[in-house]
Amino acid sequence: MNESLLFMQRIIPELLQGTKVTIQLTFGSLFLGFAIGLLAALIRVYGNRWLQRVVIGYVNIVRGTPLMVQLFVVYYGLPDVGLTLSRMTAAYITLGLNSSAYQAEYFRGAIQAVAHGQMLAARAIGMSRLKAIRFIILPQALRLALPVWSNEMIAMVKYTAVVFLIAVPDLMGKAKIISSRYFDPIATYIAVAIIYLVLVAIATLILRMINKKLNIPEGALDGVRR
Amino acid sequence: MEKHLGNEPILTIENLKKSFGELEVIKDVSLAIEPKEVVVIIGPSGTGKSTMLQCVNLLTKPTAGKIYLENQEITAPSINADKVRQRIGMVFQEFNLFNHLTAIENVTIGMTKVLGMKNTEARNKGMYELERVGLAEQATKYPSQLSGGQKQRVGIARALGMDPHIMLFDEPTSALDPELTGEVLNVMRKLALEGMTMMVVSHEMSFAREVADRIIFMDEGYIVEQGSPHKLFNNPKSERTRRFLSMIGSINREK
Repeated sequence: MNESLLFMQRIIPELLQGTKVTIQLTFGSLFLGFAIGLLAALIRVYGNRWLQRVVIGYVNIVRGTPLMVQLFVVYYGLPDVGLTLSRMTAAYITLGLNSSAYQAEYFRGAIQAVAHGQMLAARAIGMSRLKAIRFIILPQALRLALPVWSNEMIAMVKYTAVVFLIAVPDLMGKAKIISSRYFDPIATYIAVAIIYLVLVAIATLILRMINKKLNIPEGALDGVRR
Repeated sequence: MEKHLGNEPILTIENLKKSFGELEVIKDVSLAIEPKEVVVIIGPSGTGKSTMLQCVNLLTKPTAGKIYLENQEITAPSINADKVRQRIGMVFQEFNLFNHLTAIENVTIGMTKVLGMKNTEARNKGMYELERVGLAEQATKYPSQLSGGQKQRVGIARALGMDPHIMLFDEPTSALDPELTGEVLNVMRKLALEGMTMMVVSHEMSFAREVADRIIFMDEGYIVEQGSPHKLFNNPKSERTRRFLSMIGSINREK
């Protein structure tokens, strides 16, 4: 037991390097997924019919295929059509696009949960559609989406682990290297599991802070669900 | 109640028609409203009263006909609908307050985001409008913390904040418990006395009798009859008006 602790202590610095990459990937992908997902959700609700179809197709394809397959297509497949990406870029793009499809669905549901009367009232005081969406619909929709979005953030911490398959030196990638170097996979992966747990705990804390900051009286938006 | 009414109509509706698919809701309505006039529109549900208000506010596109606001045709294709709506206040049956904003923010958001007012200036004006409806103390409350009557008064303050030239009320008390209608009607009464031009769809007959300059009775997409409250309530010409009034009267007595 003592030996194992000493071993863990020795590999921690290297694992922390990997942790840094995991954190970068988590936030980078969430951000990319947020930007594309929100845009896709807005098109899905307010866009014209053809753009809507494009978004529906995109969401179905991304949600209907394994993340690992998507990663391989982006990293090993795209060079065939002349687009060679670095490991990190491929990881960001794959995780970001993957997340965007899920986030698009969360945001679409939330936008549609905001009552029709909110848009009417915004237009009635002279707001353009764009202003109404920005100042009235989205602030409510994003708050409504936060609970499900929280799951996405916590899941993303762990989804990033898939990138070790293309040899990105994230937490999981480092663990693989270390365990084959020292032939002690159990201790290595226990250490890794503990680090993931800590990351998820931190993510939960961040979400709690966001929730508190955006908090408006309990149930204030319930009335808008129809 | 004698009022000096101007001669130029502020709002003119000419041969308005509105269909939703096969359903003809407004068949042919023409109407002119003078500045400072209070017009109460009554009639059975489904006869196009609310639809007419939505047409006036360009929230619904008329199928045919023209609408003029202060001599400008607002149904013309070249018109900027957002600019027109700034001049028309709208109060909804379901209040439609912005749920994520406090009472004062509900009133000021149009001033800052639409009229481009500075925050402090908007805040002052917003507080003034909330005072007008008797809700200055509730300024920092969210809609979910207000009663129905208070919500509707915030809704009125929000519309007033844009300095509208005419106010449209779409059954403003229909979603309220009976004991809460009074506070809303009082605010509307005050507005009428201050000279606001008002178009009110309502079934509050005592309010109509007391405040309206003119009552319009609509049925099946037409204006059947119109006139002063005294004339229309005491001496309706049309059989349909008479039947509607006696029906409403018996409901009101039951309350």
